[in-house]
Amino acid sequence: MTSVAATAHGAHAHHDDRSFVRKYIFSTDHKIIGIQFLFVSLFFLLVGGLLAMQMRWQLGFPGKPMPGGGILPETMAPGGVILPEYYIQLVTMHGTFMIFFAIMPLLVGVFANFLIPLKIGTHDMAFPRINMWSFWTFFIGGLVMLSSLFVPDGAARAGWTMYAPLSARHDYSGASIGQELWSVSIIFVGLSSILGSLNYITTIINNRAPGMTWFRMPLSVWSLFITAILGLLALPVLSGAVIMLLFDQIIGTHFFDPGAGGQALLWQHLFWFFGHPEVYILILPAMGMVSDIISNGSRKPIFGYHSMVFAIVAIAFLGWIVWGHHMFVSGMNPTLGSSFMVSTLVIAVPSAVKTFNWMGTMWRGNLRFHVPMLHAVAFVAMFVIGGLSGIFMAATPVDMQIHDTYFIVAHLHYVLFGGSLFALFGAITYWYPKMFGRLMNEGWGKVHFWLTFIFYNCVFFPMHITGMAGEMRRLYDPNQYTFLQPLQPIRVFISISAFLLFATQLIFFVNFWWSLWKGKKAPQNPWEDNGLEWSLPSPAPHGNWERVPNVYRGPYEFSSPQVAEDYLPQYKKLPTDREPAAASAATH
Amino acid sequence: MTHAAAAVDQMRPPFPAERGLDVYNKKLGMWIFLASEVMFFAALIGTYIILRFGAPGEWARPGIVLNIKITAFNTFLLICSSVSMVKAYAAIQDGDPKKMRFWLLMTILGGATFVGIQVYEYIHLIEHGFVPAGVREGSELAALVANGTLPAATMGLYGSTFFTMTGFHGFHVTCGVISMTYLYLTKALPGKYSKNDYGGIETVGLYWHFVDLVWIILFTIVYLI
Repeated sequence: MTSVAATAHGAHAHHDDRSFVRKYIFSTDHKIIGIQFLFVSLFFLLVGGLLAMQMRWQLGFPGKPMPGGGILPETMAPGGVILPEYYIQLVTMHGTFMIFFAIMPLLVGVFANFLIPLKIGTHDMAFPRINMWSFWTFFIGGLVMLSSLFVPDGAARAGWTMYAPLSARHDYSGASIGQELWSVSIIFVGLSSILGSLNYITTIINNRAPGMTWFRMPLSVWSLFITAILGLLALPVLSGAVIMLLFDQIIGTHFFDPGAGGQALLWQHLFWFFGHPEVYILILPAMGMVSDIISNGSRKPIFGYHSMVFAIVAIAFLGWIVWGHHMFVSGMNPTLGSSFMVSTLVIAVPSAVKTFNWMGTMWRGNLRFHVPMLHAVAFVAMFVIGGLSGIFMAATPVDMQIHDTYFIVAHLHYVLFGGSLFALFGAITYWYPKMFGRLMNEGWGKVHFWLTFIFYNCVFFPMHITGMAGEMRRLYDPNQYTFLQPLQPIRVFISISAFLLFATQLIFFVNFWWSLWKGKKAPQNPWEDNGLEWSLPSPAPHGNWERVPNVYRGPYEFSSPQVAEDYLPQYKKLPTDREPAAASAATH
Repeated sequence: MTHAAAAVDQMRPPFPAERGLDVYNKKLGMWIFLASEVMFFAALIGTYIILRFGAPGEWARPGIVLNIKITAFNTFLLICSSVSMVKAYAAIQDGDPKKMRFWLLMTILGGATFVGIQVYEYIHLIEHGFVPAGVREGSELAALVANGTLPAATMGLYGSTFFTMTGFHGFHVTCGVISMTYLYLTKALPGKYSKNDYGGIETVGLYWHFVDLVWIILFTIVYLI
């Protein structure tokens, strides 16, 4: 228990004399930066949700004036009726906001920043100032993207994938400034990710606390580490591609313009070479945090720790050689398509390893269904559905039928909402006390979880059916096709469920804000967990520890026979433990 | 806190942390950053290769639009500045800050001259009608396209790839010159580098050699073949 005593002392030793601006705005503290990311990306999550609601109104009730739609200008929705030009902007910006400004920063910006130094036991990131810039470049990118909604000719309209030549030529898309702002904004986001990633990688490699060996790192840190490598290598490719797209838009180059010798397919290759690793950037951190939470909620060590680590590495590696499965119907060489099909199907193996390990962890565990655990279990269930529908898409012959239909919309929402977002709700609830010193309300958390779980499935499961029936994604009004008219009742059902799903999120919103001031004061270790972050008071002080704790064991020692309680923290020294080798150097 | 964080970044043991690599953080961070830079230039160069091999017709023969001689001199200059960077690094490792300052200044001058010559080249090319969109109507080069010396079908791609690749390289050189000047003024002149602390010089040196290496590739594929 010596380290805990040292920590309590540390909290007093750090007299914090920074000004308000240095402390909360231009802060270099990794925890504040994580919290800044949290607030900003939750705002963008709300924006993305509002855009989705408008899409659902048009699909459920086409041609009818949208309630409150009167405030939109004539160019978007005259009299509240959504125009096709506005609908395609909604589609584009919903995808863009959710992927680049909500899920990605929530997973990586928030939790990589907040968790890595706390979980590996260091005072801050390796490069705190670069870390601050990572947030501010992201923020500028977000503002630029937000402003593109308000320019005269409207926001970008080529879908979040920005397929050329539609995106490259203003006379095709009908939007000039909106398209250009999209490109500029994504360049900022790319820079932000690269700056963040190099920080995370350096910190994890070199700044771990004494005794925190590679295979004593929590799986959340492992997954954030591998994710950072993906981000580091994938985002520059996107930046390069988007810069070329921007040049096509503003200085008249011809990279993606087939009329002048450019290649539209080249955009797809560049985009998906980034885009598929991006898919794993959006799920691996969620998998890591879910592993931590499931082990905690089951009061058992994670089943197959090493295989979990190697599965993360395998998924990340395979993620680089499968991008062509997004392009089976693009006109790419079919032989190439077959090899992409095989490499894609192989990903099912490490994914299944992880899934079975999660179930193995819960098997005969002493289960505690607290709110984070509920979300984590929902993550596993929904990820399995999303993963199975992914196998349909990976098989070229099946993909020919379901490509660009609502089946893919269902699939990607099962992994991004059912997967990543459930994991995020769980993770936010789980680490909220360490961020703000208070607990979120448990009862309302459960209400939010169950309603979200029900409505979420009501929204996205029927999309499999309409997709199989041939309903195309990004379609303004499916009723213009006779064969899609009988599906209208399903669309109405989806839309109403979507409105209810959105309304349910208000519970989370209110719980989040209410708990900031009125929530129950959090004890030091509310979930009785083993990670190093729980050796600190809640909220964790600036600079974390005065002297970083020594680490004596792995992160999942639950129900250990060596101690009376059912958890054995990494920082707790038992009489049989030896001091780690690096600890002697630290005492100099 | 800052002193504690700085302690982890020290160049020599004892290290207060479990370290995965025996490299100090600044240097490790630069290597990682360079990995992302490799991917960035790979996107640009890969695009060039794909567009050139898939071009609807012949590519412009080398030496007609671009002046190889002056750029060859520029390449030589950049390689020399890499040598002077090594000399600066070796000097401070030997504990000779005066010599280090001299060679760092030489490197800055070399890099700045490179950028100057590149700007001159751009102005010259644009005057003659070579622009990112291809060949400007009614210019000197347009006449060469008209008489068949230059292929009409691929000049657009030629301009797009040339300006994007060399432009981004030039941007990287400029960033390098600015950061070296910053280090020269804030660290080297006040004498903050010593035999035991030369992380900034080594790190910026890594970046500089990378930029140099990229240029050798670009010079070969854009100017020579």
